Amino acid sequence: MTELTLSKAIGSGLRRALSDDDRVVILGEDIGALGGVFRITDGLQRDFGADRVMDMPLAESGIIGMAVGLAYRGFRPVCEIQFDGFIYPAFDQIVSQVAKLHYRTRGAVRMPLTIRVPYGGGIGAVEHHSESPEAYFTHTSGLRVVTCSTPQDAHTMIRQAIACDDPVLFFEPKRRYWTKGEVDEDADFPMDAARVVVTGTDVTIVTYGPLVATAIDAAAAAADDGVSIEVIDLRSLSPLDLETVEASVRTTGRLVIAHEAQEFGGLGAEIATAITDRCFYHLEAAPARVAGFDVPYPASRLEEHFLPDLDRMLDAVDRVMGRENALTGWSAS
Amino acid sequence: MLLNPAGERVPNPEYEPFVADVTGDQLASLYEDLVVVRRLDIEATALQRQGELALWPPLLGQEAAQVGSARTLRPDDFVFSSYRENAVAYCRGVELPDLLRVWRGTAQSGWNPYEVGMATPSIVIGAQTLHAMGYAVGCLRDGVDSVAVAYFGDGATSEGDVNEAMIFAASFRAPVIFFCQNNQWAISEPVGLQAQRPIAERAPGFGIPSIRVDGNDVLAVMAATRQALERARAGEGPTFIEAVTYRMGPHTTSDDPSRYIDPLQREEWAAKDPLARVEAHLRDTGVLTDELAEAIAGRADEIAARFRKGCVDLADPRPLDVFDHVYAEPHRGIARQRSQYAAYLASIGEAQSEGEQR
Ligand SMILES: Cc1ncc(C[n+]2csc(CCOP(=O)(O)OP(=O)(O)O)c2C)c(N)n1
Repeated sequence: MTELTLSKAIGSGLRRALSDDDRVVILGEDIGALGGVFRITDGLQRDFGADRVMDMPLAESGIIGMAVGLAYRGFRPVCEIQFDGFIYPAFDQIVSQVAKLHYRTRGAVRMPLTIRVPYGGGIGAVEHHSESPEAYFTHTSGLRVVTCSTPQDAHTMIRQAIACDDPVLFFEPKRRYWTKGEVDEDADFPMDAARVVVTGTDVTIVTYGPLVATAIDAAAAAADDGVSIEVIDLRSLSPLDLETVEASVRTTGRLVIAHEAQEFGGLGAEIATAITDRCFYHLEAAPARVAGFDVPYPASRLEEHFLPDLDRMLDAVDRVMGRENALTGWSAS
Repeated sequence: MLLNPAGERVPNPEYEPFVADVTGDQLASLYEDLVVVRRLDIEATALQRQGELALWPPLLGQEAAQVGSARTLRPDDFVFSSYRENAVAYCRGVELPDLLRVWRGTAQSGWNPYEVGMATPSIVIGAQTLHAMGYAVGCLRDGVDSVAVAYFGDGATSEGDVNEAMIFAASFRAPVIFFCQNNQWAISEPVGLQAQRPIAERAPGFGIPSIRVDGNDVLAVMAATRQALERARAGEGPTFIEAVTYRMGPHTTSDDPSRYIDPLQREEWAAKDPLARVEAHLRDTGVLTDELAEAIAGRADEIAARFRKGCVDLADPRPLDVFDHVYAEPHRGIARQRSQYAAYLASIGEAQSEGEQR
């Protein structure tokens, strides 16, 4: 066991993947000498060479399209998209090519790509550097979408993503890059299994990535108030481990879903529907969502208002508990 | 140009050596390919008109560009094409019915790419050029001298992906050939809307040597492709070929070219037909006798008949096939939907065995 930051844990996972399998190649902007703008690939080009850790021209569609060709030839490319807001030029290659080639060729062609995306806000960045575009990709069949919230998960899951024969979008919560934790290099668990982070009996909070830490804080704060919260870290956003959520909601009877991404059409809607479908007679209240507002990610001096925080999470807890809350007495008219 | 529209060999000291080894018999066999792919194309168009195919993108007029280039490739080279390269697919050895699966709607791709060295075609314009470039970089990494060939149209050269592919290919000296069939049209848009200068002039700006070749001259196309292949295998990187040709028919069977094509322009190009000139040349040199011509036509008819039969014999996929191959590894979401739909089908008494079969 070693103590690592989440960013270093991803770096060590990449290093392991490169040394374990010589078909693994890393592609991205500034990932060589600089080690990436977040230094995740620090030292990898020096140690594995410019043929395996390749600095790319500035063209996101080009990076993903090139990875498709490499995958056709049996490589396992790991692409780094520099920031969430710059994945859109590559959208067509990801959703029309990467996601569909296995299906279109009836299994003849494998696309074992990993696409790493630093995502989410909270670091005071300028526009296009704080977005949460995961729902675009969870909506696309053929892609797996995962995210991590601890150094351990970051290390294990990046290796699992690279080893997976399907394309994986690997979303890295950039404001948690500096979170420290113990990492066991030999740890293993199914990549699509959610994790119960805190156990509780009154309310289930389902979240992922950057908000897992916030939910843990919410559980601690609610405990002071006599409310017992169970926190679930989804890890995998596609597929969803609905069984773990269902089991929790069957005992708590109350569900809060939290994510940074805009609320409308987001994962919260998907989870609320699926769980209502499965647990209708176990629910004591309608599921509540805490999410980013349906506005573009705002200027950084406003992001604290956009991002779901501890208080907004606790307010949603009050809502499902039937307690006085911000929306008490509120009506849509 | 090596063979003019009258079927005369024209001296061309630069490209002559690349096809100096092509014998009369080999040229006759290329001619047979041209005749066969034109025959297949006509048959497919007929199949569409008869309701057997949902759509067909004819290649009428582009036979020489496709056959001339595809016949110069080695089996270990790899093609990334768009939807119109059915003659290329034929030359790569794709089985006849497999050429039709996509257009009949029984599958989204016709063949296993690894069995024929040709990727499943991309309908998204230009996307495949990046794949070819990436594959070519993979060949470099693997230390093999295979070459990737990207086929695309004149319209595609406006897409970002094609331009990105050229930038990357030049940066990595990728053994890739960018083979642009300039058939003068992108559906109804004339090439002038995509390019103010000859398309081949664009590549040098990316650091890629280019060749502008008469795409209706099978020998010239062959020579240009051989030059590009030689360059790629020697580690000299990408080449851009602009094969100047003409789409004699509609864009697809759903298109109405009478709305935008000037009949005079079509006539002008009809006089440069890629088959007629080879035929004239082979007649002049005595290789093509009446008997041989008849035998070739007979073979083409016979292949077309097999093509037609293969088409109508294509089996429809089974209902639960819709869930197959979305992922390479088990996926709980798909597994759930599949078993729910199987139960639903069983409940309405349909495809009972389907549900139990897996
Ligand atoms: C990205 C994209 N945009 C639009 C289309 C619709 N479309 C299909 S073919 C075509 C014209 C393509 O022209 P060109 O590249 O010259 O190839 P050609 O069909 O002439 O062989 C268009 C616009 C498409 N398939 N993909």
